[in-house]
Amino acid sequence: MSYVLIIGAKSDIAKEVARIYAKNGYNIYLAARESDSLEDLKQDIETRSGVDVKLKEFDITAYETHEDFYASLEEKPLGVIVVSGYMPEQKSAQKSWDETLRAINVNYTGAVSILNIVANDFEKERRGFIVGVSSVAGDRGRKANYIYGSSKAAFSAYLSGLRNRLYESGVEVLTVKPGFVATKMTENLDLPENLTAEPCNVAEDIFSAQQKGRNTLYTKPIWFFIMLIIKHIPEFIFKKMSI
Amino acid sequence: MGLLSWGMFPKIITKKFSLRDRAALKSYIEETDEFIPYGNGRSYGDGALNENILHVKPYNNFLAFDEENGLLTCQAGVLLSEILDSVVKRGWFLKVTPGTKLITVGGAIASDVHGKNHHVEGCFSECVEEFSIMLPSGETEICKKGDELFYATCGGMGLTGVILSATISLKKINSKNIRQTTIKTKNLQETFEAFEKYQDMPYSVAWIDCLAKDEELGKCLLMVGDFADDGDLDYRSKKKLSIPFNFPSFALNNLSVKAFNWLYYAKAKDGTSKQKVDIDTFFYPLDAISNWNRIYGKGGFTQYQFILPKEHSYEGLKEILTKISDSGKGSFLAVLKLYGKANENYLSFPLEGYSLALDFKIEDGLFELLEALDEVVVKYGGRIYLTKDVRVSRETFEKGYEKIDKFREFRRENGMDKKLNSLQSKRVQI
Repeated sequence: MSYVLIIGAKSDIAKEVARIYAKNGYNIYLAARESDSLEDLKQDIETRSGVDVKLKEFDITAYETHEDFYASLEEKPLGVIVVSGYMPEQKSAQKSWDETLRAINVNYTGAVSILNIVANDFEKERRGFIVGVSSVAGDRGRKANYIYGSSKAAFSAYLSGLRNRLYESGVEVLTVKPGFVATKMTENLDLPENLTAEPCNVAEDIFSAQQKGRNTLYTKPIWFFIMLIIKHIPEFIFKKMSI
Repeated sequence: MGLLSWGMFPKIITKKFSLRDRAALKSYIEETDEFIPYGNGRSYGDGALNENILHVKPYNNFLAFDEENGLLTCQAGVLLSEILDSVVKRGWFLKVTPGTKLITVGGAIASDVHGKNHHVEGCFSECVEEFSIMLPSGETEICKKGDELFYATCGGMGLTGVILSATISLKKINSKNIRQTTIKTKNLQETFEAFEKYQDMPYSVAWIDCLAKDEELGKCLLMVGDFADDGDLDYRSKKKLSIPFNFPSFALNNLSVKAFNWLYYAKAKDGTSKQKVDIDTFFYPLDAISNWNRIYGKGGFTQYQFILPKEHSYEGLKEILTKISDSGKGSFLAVLKLYGKANENYLSFPLEGYSLALDFKIEDGLFELLEALDEVVVKYGGRIYLTKDVRVSRETFEKGYEKIDKFREFRRENGMDKKLNSLQSKRVQI
């Protein structure tokens, strides 16, 4: 069975995404920095599902390594899922260029770098799927987290263009826009329960949307409606708001 | 942040710490005055509630699976549903499973859960080969049958330490399907006769109409079954329905429950009928609707589950069912089960006899009714199930559990009573 390559495999969402693809029979490449630390997850997935899991050292901001990384995969993956993300604290990102740059590089530049390579390969082979985990925060810039949000907005726009380009070759591109997710990253935030998804549900939704060939997935679906409203508030009102 | 139990009552503000690795857990235990482990929040009552909650579910790796012998080792946060997703297609099933698969392995051990086959296989602890647990001292111990820590921890409501991982033995199956026989009875007498008649079947459970009165008192649908042998192991969890919001509190009343029960019983054929159903339908009918607890409204509900020794079961149940049906308090179908012998664990619920479980919406007058029922339970030498309980008094509880003093002493000796407490453990002082 084919491999699925998961970029940014250390996150809680990635862990569940890997599990669900494995459960459905895919072999898995887990790509992350210090991939040794994923030994337990590899063991977990292999035990659960009896598939093959390979750990791959990968740094999304080390762009110059991406060509070699992709070339070094024993078998080319059938699908690539980019889960990497970095959410700086807004106030500190406003003051620290390093923080801002890191968000841009992880969320956008690095993702584009690896996906350019993947897209060229998939287009040539006329098969494969790409999933990019973006964010509802990219739908409209808000003062509470526009640095993170703008990097995700750029990523969403990239994925949309990629989908348009790859349509003819039959390669499907799915943009995932999670809202709040209960992960390590958000553990200490007081998130509204009804709007907060569990990583395993996000992963289930991603798998099912990808298998159905959908274009965009809001998870939870309520976020589609929330963002629909937020996107349509006129700017002259929006700029005065605190949401 | 508020974490709720499945009964959504009581509501308290909790501080949550997620278990991800042992080193962090050790520091957490050192730094925290008092806490209780919390699994997937499916216990009805307050046994997993405290101001400080250790959220165990993220600690959920599979560690090893010996496919030849059906031995699975996993961390405590793994859900039974995840185990089924992994093992059914390979021809294995849980030896003991409760009526929901959405509980953690740690929770299954701490509640020493039981299933429709208690009269044959006993409690969950029967299939636990060993487990590892972190004690309040920060030390980790491996624990097996025969150890005092084993008897205290299985059924010990998380009050002895933090269960980290467990090795459980599974049951070989050759199908994901169950051959089920449904027997429709007209009253309690017939219900008991049917249980006796089918007691050799590996799985049995009865749904009682607890609003039925007089000559219909105790009428039920008894479902018995065993795994088919058709080689069909293509098991996939079904897509779930969801209750999107808490129902308004008037939605569930005497009339709507009566109507539901009438429909439920009318659907089954009179006498005996046979069906072939899959694992999810047979074992986990309620899991098909996520958040079904919301039908009781945002005030929450509780499940009252008691067990009576076999020799007093008939008269005790008759008395209790009469009280309930006279009170007119709405409960959907109540679950009646026959149990085998009690085990050696200090606080495990089952004993040889019959148990009844009923859901009640939290409302005025309910606790008075339950206290009246407690009296009957105590009178006949029965006990209350801690995993479902949210209100039992210390006195009632103590009368049912003869090993409670051993348990208390064990906790004191090992400093567990200082670190591990729930709202429940404080109420019944264990």
